[in-house]
Amino acid sequence: MIDIDIKKEINPNLTLELKLQIKEGEFLAITGKSGAGKTTFLRLLAGLERAKGKIRVGSDIWLDNSTCRAPQKREIGFVFQEYALFSNMSVKQNLLYVTKDIKLCQELLELSGLEHLQDRLPHTLSGGQKQRVSLCRAMMKRPKLLLLDEPLSALDAEMRQKLQQEILTLHKKFGTTTLMVSHDVSEIYKLANRVMVFQNGKIIKDGTPKSVLLKTSGSQKFSFEGEILDIQKVDVIFVAIVSIGQQLAEIVISQEEAKNLKIGSTVRVSTKAFAPIISI
Amino acid sequence: MLESFDFTPFILSFKLAFIVTIILFLLCLPLSWYLSQTSSKFKPFLETITALPIVLPPSVLGFYILWALSQNSPIGAFFQDYFDTSLVFNFKGLVIASCLYSLPFMVQPLQSGFESLDARMLEASYISGKSRFETLLRVALPNIKPALLTSIIVTFAHTVGEFGVVLMVGGSIPNETKVASVAIYEMVETMDYKNAHIYSAFMLGISFSVLFSVYLFNKKHRVGLR
Repeated sequence: MIDIDIKKEINPNLTLELKLQIKEGEFLAITGKSGAGKTTFLRLLAGLERAKGKIRVGSDIWLDNSTCRAPQKREIGFVFQEYALFSNMSVKQNLLYVTKDIKLCQELLELSGLEHLQDRLPHTLSGGQKQRVSLCRAMMKRPKLLLLDEPLSALDAEMRQKLQQEILTLHKKFGTTTLMVSHDVSEIYKLANRVMVFQNGKIIKDGTPKSVLLKTSGSQKFSFEGEILDIQKVDVIFVAIVSIGQQLAEIVISQEEAKNLKIGSTVRVSTKAFAPIISI
Repeated sequence: MLESFDFTPFILSFKLAFIVTIILFLLCLPLSWYLSQTSSKFKPFLETITALPIVLPPSVLGFYILWALSQNSPIGAFFQDYFDTSLVFNFKGLVIASCLYSLPFMVQPLQSGFESLDARMLEASYISGKSRFETLLRVALPNIKPALLTSIIVTFAHTVGEFGVVLMVGGSIPNETKVASVAIYEMVETMDYKNAHIYSAFMLGISFSVLFSVYLFNKKHRVGLR
């Protein structure tokens, strides 16, 4: 069990104030708008920044009024969005730098299909390969706590899917408690068993991915957030062009609605779905 | 012609530069690492102190060093009383003076090299369980090779090329403090233009080749990183 009760002023307008418990083995996703304090929270857990309050991991005190355990002495793995590999070392050396456990190193390289790249230097690798190395490096310490700061947001969709699977495999295999910052709803749904939404340094939602992320109310079954790109008058009706995710949709709206809605505003589009057609 | 050529001033210059570069490297490595990592309010003060030798006239710097090392000052008196040694007008004094004079040329490239490193990479090393010292040696230094080379070579070359401070603190004692630049100055004063030409051309040649190899290496290294 990880007990956290911390407070930190990030800037005059933003104070991080968090009180939560994380169970061992949990996969916790943290989401929310940028500037909500998500990255700072991970950095506090890693000991890279200081805060007031208490962090207790099992029976170990990581932070309280008198102690602040150094990052070196916390049993964590950290994956940065920008990889942060040691650019002077080969893939294999990056892993062995953490601990000289050759067996574990080989196992991790095999697991993530990096064996044939083990003697390459980081600058010769693609983004996906770099992030794989970074993930393997984080596991070399057999961390109790794995912290992932938007690990996949710089990668393309296909690479993201592959790495999601690898993260899940490693999480299960090593029995780590994993915290991941992510903006990708499907990624969170696939990986996490708990999700928290941060806003202005505070937790505003906390629950299972299904209860937090499925934004339907009442009997609505389809519900999407989108941005109005345009409102057009077609004969006697009005049509709003709404951008939802990476796709555009035309939604019929009334004259009254057309008056009240503005181009550029964020709206929720929802409908019931009695007999939707699913095709590939 | 070369038989009458006295190499001693050059040997003295290079010996001085070699010793000064080693001392400064060992002293400035922790200093520049500290300056690059700290957000202390004393940082601008320390940076000003280390940069002073660049802007101060060598005569001013030389005068202060001469005063500080002479027996009239506590430092000079201390060395005289406890080590029975004088620090002015001899090679030891020259080493101390040159260390102060060349300090910024070692600190500044190293510091900007360290500052250009990805902070996340260093943090990744701390999280991997490595101390600041081990991170410095195994991650930071190997990733600032061009800055490392620049600082060492430029410090060396700058020490070989110094004149004012050396003249003030060391005088011009043959085999002891008469380095190449001082020797040339004396030749010109005594209108020995032939030797002044030879010495100067020699200095010019060395300085050019040293700087040229640094720039060549740094260019290659940058291309290699792409």
